[in-house]
Amino acid sequence: MDPMAEIKATFFQECEEQLAELESGLLAMEGGDTESETVNAVFRAVHSVKGGAGAFGLEDLVHFAHIFETTLDEVRSNRLPASDAVVKALLRSADVLADLVRAARDGGAVDQARCDVCAAELSALTGIEESDAGDDGMGEIDFQPMQMAPLDLDFDAEAPAEEPAPEPASWTLRFKPRPELYAKANETVLLLRELARLGEVEVELDAGDLPLLPHLDPEGAYLSWTVRIRGDATEADLREVFEFVDADCELDVQAIGLDGEPMELANAELDIAALISLAQSAGEETAPPQAEAPVAALEPIAEAEEPAAVVPAAMAANSVEDRRVDERRGGEDRRGEAKPGGVAQAAPTIRVDLDRVDRLIDLVGELVINQAMLAQRVNEAGLARASNVAGGLDELEQLTREIQDSVMAIRAQPVKSVFQRMPRLVRELASITGKQVRLLTEGEGTEVDKTVIERLTDPLTHMIRNAIDHGLETPEKRIAAGKNPEGTCKLSAAHRSGRIVIEVADDGGGINRERVKQIAIDKGLIPAEAALTDEEIDNLIFLPGFSTASTISDISGRGVGMDVVKRSIQDLGGRISITSRPGLGSTFSMSLPLTLAVLDGMVVTAGQQTLVAPLTSIIETLQPKRSDVHGLGGGARVISIRGSYVPLVDVGLSLGYRAEPLDSEQGVALLIEGEGGTRAVLLVDAIQGQRQVVIKSLEANYRRVPGIAAATILGDGRVALILDIDALVAASRTAEAPRLLQAG
Amino acid sequence: MSEAANQGGAGRELISFRIGAQEFCVNIMEVREIRGWTPATALPQAPAFVRGVINLRGAVLPIVDLGARLGLGTADPTARHVIIVAQVQNQVVGLLVDAVSDILTVTDEEIQPTPDVASEMVRTFVRGLLAIDGRMVSFISLDRVLPDRELDHAA
Repeated sequence: MDPMAEIKATFFQECEEQLAELESGLLAMEGGDTESETVNAVFRAVHSVKGGAGAFGLEDLVHFAHIFETTLDEVRSNRLPASDAVVKALLRSADVLADLVRAARDGGAVDQARCDVCAAELSALTGIEESDAGDDGMGEIDFQPMQMAPLDLDFDAEAPAEEPAPEPASWTLRFKPRPELYAKANETVLLLRELARLGEVEVELDAGDLPLLPHLDPEGAYLSWTVRIRGDATEADLREVFEFVDADCELDVQAIGLDGEPMELANAELDIAALISLAQSAGEETAPPQAEAPVAALEPIAEAEEPAAVVPAAMAANSVEDRRVDERRGGEDRRGEAKPGGVAQAAPTIRVDLDRVDRLIDLVGELVINQAMLAQRVNEAGLARASNVAGGLDELEQLTREIQDSVMAIRAQPVKSVFQRMPRLVRELASITGKQVRLLTEGEGTEVDKTVIERLTDPLTHMIRNAIDHGLETPEKRIAAGKNPEGTCKLSAAHRSGRIVIEVADDGGGINRERVKQIAIDKGLIPAEAALTDEEIDNLIFLPGFSTASTISDISGRGVGMDVVKRSIQDLGGRISITSRPGLGSTFSMSLPLTLAVLDGMVVTAGQQTLVAPLTSIIETLQPKRSDVHGLGGGARVISIRGSYVPLVDVGLSLGYRAEPLDSEQGVALLIEGEGGTRAVLLVDAIQGQRQVVIKSLEANYRRVPGIAAATILGDGRVALILDIDALVAASRTAEAPRLLQAG
Repeated sequence: MSEAANQGGAGRELISFRIGAQEFCVNIMEVREIRGWTPATALPQAPAFVRGVINLRGAVLPIVDLGARLGLGTADPTARHVIIVAQVQNQVVGLLVDAVSDILTVTDEEIQPTPDVASEMVRTFVRGLLAIDGRMVSFISLDRVLPDRELDHAA
């Protein structure tokens, strides 16, 4: 990849992060968060996108981001109240911005009309439509390279400010090189000499930043120049001089009228608001140089010269600088008071190849096992508990545990990254369908393996589409049914039974079972006379070739049915189920494994085999009395626990480890709660203890085993199987065959 | 090294091993390592030829009793038994055999076509026969040693 493309790729990656930050900030604002830190975070996100986009000459993006930023600045300075309508408009703009970023990245087209509408809306909010025409230098830069056309549209509307600008007769240019400029063997005197050729110059050196000798970095850059130029040079001419160094210096070009007053002031009221915002952002940008000094002292020289960056607002040329300012401010916030409730500052991150992380996880897994084996050997060797060796081993164990936790945390990521994409989807769907939808999310911090997260987006998107398109009713119908006209779609995630359960619930009309059944019959999926339970009918929608939308809508009717959702969940080793109540809504529930995650397990013995039961699903353990256990039908047993009868699953028997049922008095019973709250009792021979285990895939080298969720490696180096409790219980329910399916 | 190795010029290398009285060989490129027998954790409802799984440096490795798989009867593994760790397509599997005997270098011409016999096992696994020092060595393919992955999808 050529270096430019690589930098660009990084920029787009960063854009995604900024967009996510933007969205979460706006959502926080929507929820009533008026913390200035939240607003600032939102502002910074847009600002960074704009800065980067400018550096790559992405005109459309810069233009829109600028309008967006201007509006945000109004909000930030409390001139524009963050009312519901405003935040909604901002959210829409965030969507447009995201579209523009993606269009710029993938080369697609954007909905220009939508863009313009949004831009106009934003401008209307600020009430300073013209601000972006005679703006802080952005506009002028935009004109230089190609692509006039897309901008034209907007400028038509904003023509008045555009026309009067005659080329000013005089310029003030501030030029502050960074160390890189010198490092690349550029010579400032040559640049200044070049400038002198463009007109009459007056050069002023600012050596105020020059530190005392002991603090001087011989390779640093401390000097800056202010140059006044008279003559008929255009701004483009001036900037051309710096064309090859503009990434390595701060450059600010300002027009001065003939009378020496800055041009903008002469330029009437039109630009006053823009100026104010400009001045403010300048103030913000360079905020408290003194306060930053201690930090700067600790950091490389490039940072130390920062306070001198009296550059009003962002320019494409120094976008990199801006971003750094942003980052550093983030850093300061963390160092300073942590603001509770504010939008979380993005902590510094690095990008690491996933393979490396996986390798590390494998190695740590081995380390843990080795450590456990070592401990066991030492124990066997008969060394005293109090000996130095044993003490050292204890420390080692703690360390390995900590290493393991930290390494696992690298691979696991909160589902937030997927959930974050949904509000936008919901907004769009709501506007297409004309329904009012409120999206609630819960458990965003629930962590799951990155691969699972990546493959979760599509099914989840589809389920939400489904919930809004098919599940929720129109506001009129809802009012008629005595419900809140605004429908609710709830997205939640939680860890349960060593799996992650993600639910999409709507409070719509529920599944229309008659219609579902009729469709299934019409499509020949079930025989006409089939007698189905409600649950069975609900599950019909997972059949391939089933689609309930009578007219193929723009939203759900894309040829992707719930069967595809089901398959993709199954491919992840997950299950999907549906519960629906007429008039009250439906809930889709996905249960997915936390591959590679660690599991708290109860180590048990069943038929001479050591097995691990996920601790999360165990409610209590008990010693069954023979009198509590009753036979029920052919071979099935139930146990009475505090008055209620719960099915008894003999683990050793169902897994085929034992031929004869275990005498209930010889064993230990684990009361478990499975998916959907179903209770059962697992009967095992004995409980060995409780420990954290690393989940190892059985499928990687073998295949899925019924009743077994995964494998792990215990302290003695042997493999132990982790029970899939739901599958065990489900299998025991198929009455005739208490054992699991016979494998081939 | 047997003398067959010197005759055919550039040939392929095979690892030969013994199960009961019979000798077999597999392509050496499929073999990742050879290790001693360690007790395996039994898998529920597995076919008889799957002895279970063991821990191979942090990975879960299924152990196939190759003798049972080939229809020669199940082994009663002792510490003298050997596990050949082999790569089969994208999976790694351990093959329980009695002993590893030799590395053979043979040319393709030396591999005789398998005679027509009724045995299903022969048709599934044996790719050819080799005569090495008067002993018959069956060249087998490992593609089908594991049970089908998708067999019991409906758990």
